[in-house]
Amino acid sequence: MVEDTLMKNSKDIILKRIQSALRKENGMKPQLSGMEPPLRGIDRKYETHSKLSQVERLRLFMERVSDYKANVTRAEEKELPKVIADICAVEQVKKLVIPPGIDTNWLPEKTSGVALISDESGPLSIQEIDQSDAVLTGCFRAVAQTGTIVMTGGAGQGRRLLTLLPDFHICVVRTDQVVGIIPEAFWDLDPLIREKKVPVTFISGPSATSDIELDRVEGVHGPRRLHVVIV
Amino acid sequence: MSSSKTAVPQAFEKTARTYLDDAQLRRNLGHATRTIRNKRNNVVGEMPDWEELRESGRQIKQNVMMNLDRYLLQLEESVIKAGGVVHWAHDAADANRIIANLIKEKGESEVVKVKSITTDEIGLNDALDKEGIHALETDLAELIVQMAGDEPSHILVPAIHKNRSEIRDLFREKLGIENLSDKPAELADAARRYLRKKFLHAKIGVSGANFAVAETGTVVVVESEGNGRMCTTLPQTLISVLGIEKIIPTWQDFEVFMQLLPRSSTAERMNPYNNFWTGTTAGDGPQEFHLVLLDNGRTSVLADETGRDTLHCIRCSACLNVCPVYERTGGHAYHSVYPGPIGAILTPQLRGPDDVAAASLPYASSLCGACYEVCPVKINIPEILVHLRNKGVRHKKRRGFFSGVRIEPVIMKMAAHAFRRRALYEMAQKVARIGQRLYVRKGIISKLPFQLSSWTEMRDLKPIPEQTFREWWRTRS
Ligand code: SF4
Repeated sequence: MVEDTLMKNSKDIILKRIQSALRKENGMKPQLSGMEPPLRGIDRKYETHSKLSQVERLRLFMERVSDYKANVTRAEEKELPKVIADICAVEQVKKLVIPPGIDTNWLPEKTSGVALISDESGPLSIQEIDQSDAVLTGCFRAVAQTGTIVMTGGAGQGRRLLTLLPDFHICVVRTDQVVGIIPEAFWDLDPLIREKKVPVTFISGPSATSDIELDRVEGVHGPRRLHVVIV
Repeated sequence: MSSSKTAVPQAFEKTARTYLDDAQLRRNLGHATRTIRNKRNNVVGEMPDWEELRESGRQIKQNVMMNLDRYLLQLEESVIKAGGVVHWAHDAADANRIIANLIKEKGESEVVKVKSITTDEIGLNDALDKEGIHALETDLAELIVQMAGDEPSHILVPAIHKNRSEIRDLFREKLGIENLSDKPAELADAARRYLRKKFLHAKIGVSGANFAVAETGTVVVVESEGNGRMCTTLPQTLISVLGIEKIIPTWQDFEVFMQLLPRSSTAERMNPYNNFWTGTTAGDGPQEFHLVLLDNGRTSVLADETGRDTLHCIRCSACLNVCPVYERTGGHAYHSVYPGPIGAILTPQLRGPDDVAAASLPYASSLCGACYEVCPVKINIPEILVHLRNKGVRHKKRRGFFSGVRIEPVIMKMAAHAFRRRALYEMAQKVARIGQRLYVRKGIISKLPFQLSSWTEMRDLKPIPEQTFREWWRTRS
């Protein structure tokens, strides 16, 4: 096909240009197999492990999340159904989306008046998710230094749409999921990327824009409110 | 579409004058750059290992450039393995053609798009328009710019030249909303409602990308509003354009760049959303992923040993916000999607020496060095500016446009001008230092005087108001 040859040509053109730019023209074809990532020479003197204790990490995480104008609550795991029901009551959540594999011990009682819409038994339609009031999930990790929640689509987190369309995201973070600094989160994600190629979303506060005269406005397209519950 | 795009390009000096007269733009820019600058200083200041991160970032990027062919092939292999398709585009037309064909194959006439300077660089929206495809910009600022038929004026805050009442009027007219106040929250909400409908029906999303990992094929879009999440999650097909310099070798390298970028760009500890995807994932997000690898002049930048470092740029815009020239002229004066100091070194290199407007850009700087200090990957912008000025002079000489410069009078004039004020004197010293370094290294004498003369000419042409300049100088130390 014409299309095909054109594409091949562009590839050749670009690679040749690079090789001549770097002066390795003559017959030095790039070899992919057996290629060693030539990264050994790079100095990495930045911090790779947090010096904070777990208590300090938690305190910092809570502080940083609230800096983004998200709400933060601490709770015992057994109180979760009540805590989540209360949050739903305050925020007037009637329809709550829940992802596959969510811990059922977290869910608000039927009597709370919150209808649970599960993505478990067959994927919800885009409209169903869009018309819900909130979504409840866990997470993969949380980063204290930046107040970031890391989602990987695993059990209790669900596909990316679930935490995107609803206007309100309630996220439960276990204390042992909170790492100190960014490098630790990337380190923990490494096997998931290599082996499972999971999509990863970092969430740091509700969506925001500063596009109008640089005033920060919470909530443009993603959830406009975020509530983090630490157990 | 917009008239400014088709206007005959003018040299920076000429257009800068026009924009200097635009009071609204100057006010907005002044406010914006000051705000971001202060915020940035705070979030960078709290990082104990900032300098170490910068140095690692610089080294990683340098490594990428020296092995770019290998990393590109590795990236291609990884993306294919993860279920994606890879396209190579040697120039803008090539990339636009590939993307238009992909969209036409699906029989679509509208795509949702997330802000990307790379797609602006290749003029994708206009190219698609000619094929009868509407590319809907979904960033609030881009939407505003698109509705106004305007061009972005800042990498990060493209609508920085519009104030809230202008935006309200625009939304009233284009979205047909009668009762709209000029409160930013209300304006944002109007955009949210309008775009939500579009997102839910979109079949194809088009994005740029901030980084791509050679080893795993992972691509990331860094953003604030959530439209990046929408565009990379909702449509069944996703097309992303990646400048070939945006590769990083390994997943772990993100730990460097995802710390450097947000603090330097939006001056946040972390921007609201980062979207990482690796090919396609069954049952989650687009089921078809196309990655377009774009050269469009980057390999000629690579061929210049001094200019090469320009490719390290992670498009954070920190250098714009500290630049006294940018603060006063605004982004449009740079005739390019890349404004400010980075634009002054990138655009002329991408476009080549015969583009007159671009060739004047290396002179759009006072060489004060503030951009180098804030650059998260330590690009020595002043050095490259000086280098490009020299290169431009050599080019003109070859073309017979240049008859040589007499050294002494120019230097004397400059010294007299500079000694008048301490700040200027310091800047002059920096210029001299950089000039000297180049002079020593390349051993060509005709360079030094010309760059100095141009520097004085620029200053005489557009003196920076003393008051504000001093003010600026104080705040940055
Ligand atoms: S040159 Fe440096 S400071 Fe300027 S946008 Fe690029 S990375 Fe940021």
